Amino acid sequence: MTLFLVRRLAGFAVTLLVAAAVIFFLLDLLPGNAARFILGMNASPEAVARLHAQLGLDAPAHERFFGWIGGMLSGDFGMSYTQNAPVAQLIAERLAVTLPLTVLAMVLSMAIGLPLGILAARRRGKPTDTGIMLLAQAGIAVPNFWFGMLLTLVFAVGLRWLPTGGFTPWNEDPAAAARGLILPGLALALPQASILARVMRTALIDVQGQDFIRTARAKGMTMGEAVWRHGVRNALLPVLTILGLQFAFLIAGTIIVENVFYLPGLGRLIFTAISERDLILVRGAVIVLIIGVTLTMLLVDLAYGLVDPRLSQGAGR
Amino acid sequence: MTHWRLHPSLWLGLGAGLFFALLALVSLVWTPFPIEEINIGRRFQGPGPVHWLGTDHLGRDMTSLIMAGTFTSFLVSALAVAIGAGIGVPLGLLAASWGGVPEWLVLRFSDFLFAFPAIIVAILITALFGPGAINAVLAIGIFNIPVFARVARGGALSFKTLDFIAAARLAGMGNGEIAFRHLLPNIMSLVIVQGTIQLSLGILAEAGLSYVGLGTQPPATSLGLMLRDAQGVFLIHPWLSVLPGLSIVAIVIALNLAGDGLRDAIDPRLRAESGTYGAA
Amino acid sequence: MALLEVDNLSVRFGKRPVVAGVSFAIERGERFGIIGESGSGKTLTAMAITGLLPDGARQEGDIRLDGEPLPRAEKPMARLRGKRFGIVFQEPMTALNPLMRVGEQIAEAVRLNQGPQAGVPQLLQEVGLDPAHARRFPHQLSGGQRQRVMIAMALASQPDMLIADEPTSALDLITQKRVLDLIAEICTRRQMALLFISHDLKAVAALCSRVAVMHDGKLIEAGPADAVFRTPQADYTRRLIAASKLASAGPARRPDGETLLEARGLVRDYRHNGFWRWQEKPLRAVDGVSFSLSRGECVALVGPSGCGKTTLARIIAGLDSASGGELVFEGETYHGRDLPRGQRRDLSLVFQDPFGSFNPRQTIAQSVGEPLRLLPDLSPMDRHQRVVEAVAAVGLDAGMLERYPHEFSGGQRQRLAIARALVTRPKLVVLDEPVSALDVSVRGEVLALLARLREEYGLSYLCISHDLDMVRAIADRILVMEAGRIVEEGTPETLFAQPQHRLTRELVAARLPDVA
Repeated sequence: MTLFLVRRLAGFAVTLLVAAAVIFFLLDLLPGNAARFILGMNASPEAVARLHAQLGLDAPAHERFFGWIGGMLSGDFGMSYTQNAPVAQLIAERLAVTLPLTVLAMVLSMAIGLPLGILAARRRGKPTDTGIMLLAQAGIAVPNFWFGMLLTLVFAVGLRWLPTGGFTPWNEDPAAAARGLILPGLALALPQASILARVMRTALIDVQGQDFIRTARAKGMTMGEAVWRHGVRNALLPVLTILGLQFAFLIAGTIIVENVFYLPGLGRLIFTAISERDLILVRGAVIVLIIGVTLTMLLVDLAYGLVDPRLSQGAGR
Repeated sequence: MTHWRLHPSLWLGLGAGLFFALLALVSLVWTPFPIEEINIGRRFQGPGPVHWLGTDHLGRDMTSLIMAGTFTSFLVSALAVAIGAGIGVPLGLLAASWGGVPEWLVLRFSDFLFAFPAIIVAILITALFGPGAINAVLAIGIFNIPVFARVARGGALSFKTLDFIAAARLAGMGNGEIAFRHLLPNIMSLVIVQGTIQLSLGILAEAGLSYVGLGTQPPATSLGLMLRDAQGVFLIHPWLSVLPGLSIVAIVIALNLAGDGLRDAIDPRLRAESGTYGAA
Repeated sequence: MALLEVDNLSVRFGKRPVVAGVSFAIERGERFGIIGESGSGKTLTAMAITGLLPDGARQEGDIRLDGEPLPRAEKPMARLRGKRFGIVFQEPMTALNPLMRVGEQIAEAVRLNQGPQAGVPQLLQEVGLDPAHARRFPHQLSGGQRQRVMIAMALASQPDMLIADEPTSALDLITQKRVLDLIAEICTRRQMALLFISHDLKAVAALCSRVAVMHDGKLIEAGPADAVFRTPQADYTRRLIAASKLASAGPARRPDGETLLEARGLVRDYRHNGFWRWQEKPLRAVDGVSFSLSRGECVALVGPSGCGKTTLARIIAGLDSASGGELVFEGETYHGRDLPRGQRRDLSLVFQDPFGSFNPRQTIAQSVGEPLRLLPDLSPMDRHQRVVEAVAAVGLDAGMLERYPHEFSGGQRQRLAIARALVTRPKLVVLDEPVSALDVSVRGEVLALLARLREEYGLSYLCISHDLDMVRAIADRILVMEAGRIVEEGTPETLFAQPQHRLTRELVAARLPDVA
């Protein structure tokens, strides 16, 4: 078990390091002077020189790289010159929106998708199953941000139950803040729930054909009981894989959906930073995103090891 | 392979998909109105005899925009699939055939690429080189690579242990020849099915990227870009966002049906293995 | 009144009947065997009795337990099944839930059936396992141990009848004998009835007092075991019995003394790939093997699973390389994969599994002709000629060349595999379990074919098998392997009459007696 853990953690660290290197050197790759690029063509040579020094661009590349890594490990992501504030602080503020939204979307998608998938598998071939699968088929085809627009039209404009956009900070009014996340959360959750439902259903149906289900029935269980007691745990394995991948895309999707609802999250920060050419900010935000994605995959891998003893325990005799 | 005729979803999906593709291709030579033609006086019209699907906030003809937009979406996604399969499949075959260090390298590379969803790559490219449809192609394409590599490797591995591969080795064939002559033909169907899936996912991804301004840029148009334009006014003029969205949904469903149908026609057992990897 | 009565049972999928008009009865404590090959419907019959038929199957006819018809509804049938029947299936690896400890799985069977509480430790002991094994997961046990766990689960409810469907087919010879003995002993001790289903006539003969023969869904013949085996009434039964007795191939060509292949101190080590490479001791699959094979001779390698015979065969054929020692073939020294191209044409391999040995997307002509790449000087005309010859030599029609593998039966595919091995006109053919995957009635034909080809073309064989009886019919000399070493060597007659080494004696003792 420990070997398993160590190998996974090592892999995680290496991936992160290489990703950081790629991002760092990509943004460093710019033809010509990075400082000039940031300030634009019309900048004065003095301004360029000043920014150049400020960004420490004189030092050799590997020094700057390890300096950056070291800084990040101690919480310093550099300084955004367009907003004149530490990148870490800016990102943290935006994460207060993005992170809860992502988690909400994940929870909603599991709460909707998994039970529906189980239901469809139990009622396989019957109208309930067909109905759920048709819904799921539509659900995965819907762009989440467009669905957000539709939800707004129906619930905010039409029914006026929820706000059309914007966000009240948590410390001002937690209830209002939460309300502002419901529609975007649902918008994100729909396609994910559809995917989860399909995968859960397929996994359960496959499990039904397995020999150990037949053994369970031989012991005296009905098919339903056998699937519930033995099948679900085994079916979780492929579902877990998908969950991990989907969380990564959820993080990406959140950035896009924030646009629909004018939420002050990580997405808006990044897009503003791009249009204003604030490379330091872009760099910091992207690395945070990557950490999120990689961390999720690591957690899924570890969960796999927990659920499946064949991975963590070797063949002892 | 079970008989083609038994799979209505395949025919439905292929039919609808082809319809859209044709629509898109036609847009290259003809649209009811040129898509650049702006006519503020005629803006926000609903469907009518002149403009079949109405006009947008600049008075441009929606039918023409949808046709041209569909073409861009298809093109971007198809190119991304080509990149993904063109690089991913050989890598996957390489990993499966040679094993050892090459396989380890391919797997690590693949895991690494999985950490870069298309949006992140698009952000990086845009930050460096400015926005454009090519960004979307590259970003989605790069993410497609590990997907196809995984599918190709998985498929090849399941065949590699069969005796006919050993028989080929006995006949003097090397790893490369075996990969080309024996493994590739046997995984082709898997790759095609995955290609259909990635195509539909690519269209969704392109829509997302264009929506946030990282993809297709005006004066060109894509379905996602139309949604971006609609964003400012959708509360008052919902039609401008509903129509492109519905088009996306229709195309993606068509492609998914075709992909599912293909997979069932080829081998129903594949169902469990084709995961949904997403492309955003 | 009999314990179980099956009356005119039929099972069909759609229009296709797979079991038709089967009737028999089993008394309390009686041991009843059903013999049949694949596709005979024997397993489906058992599934019908226990209510485990797959979706889409339609059942007709009556089944009565203690005079009462079986319940139709799912739940009561499931409970009845758990209480009155104990079932053991064929594949112990997949039949156990890989994510649960085996002790838990057995405990579940105990709980479900709330009978006299036999604890898990007692059950494990009854089947000959150490109670400490309860904490293990299925993948941590051997095949034989897993099958014992299955038996323990089946016994948990004190059933009236044990149904065993091919319980030992996936096990090696010695383990098979042990499991069969265990089943016999348990049935006697608990006075349980036994329904034993198998294609292996000898196993059924050893265990059962009454037998029935099934073919194509119908019950061909039934009666006391002695009667059926000594005086079979039906043609099919006669054929099966004849096929189970693999007669010696008769006076074969005497080997002419010239050494064709020699192995000197072959060693094959496996290292676990991993970070801590240098800490783990390598696994030695082949441990200093030396032997020689003369032209025209047929040498057999036998041993239990895991003894290294397959690894050795692969090294000799050139698919794998030895870590130490060397091989000499036709005067050329090699270590495995470095077998020179020029020699490869003289050495062929016939694989075990006829279903995996052909590329499903290539025609038979392409597959059988593939080894001809080793003869680049042949013209396309000559190539085609060779393929036609090879296919004809194995008794198949050249008109079949453009067909695909899935259009042929298992037996035909194995013949085609032999044709492929012959197409380069080799001197030595390595046969890896050539008939194990085939139906009993077909095995005899393929063995006869191999003997005839050896005679006609002057071939030498190296035959790998775990089946002593098959080997006795075909080999001039037998080498017994255990844990990577050759522990005994001799002709079939001497080995069977006077086995010296412990393993040889076990193997000979594990053989089931001929049926008649």
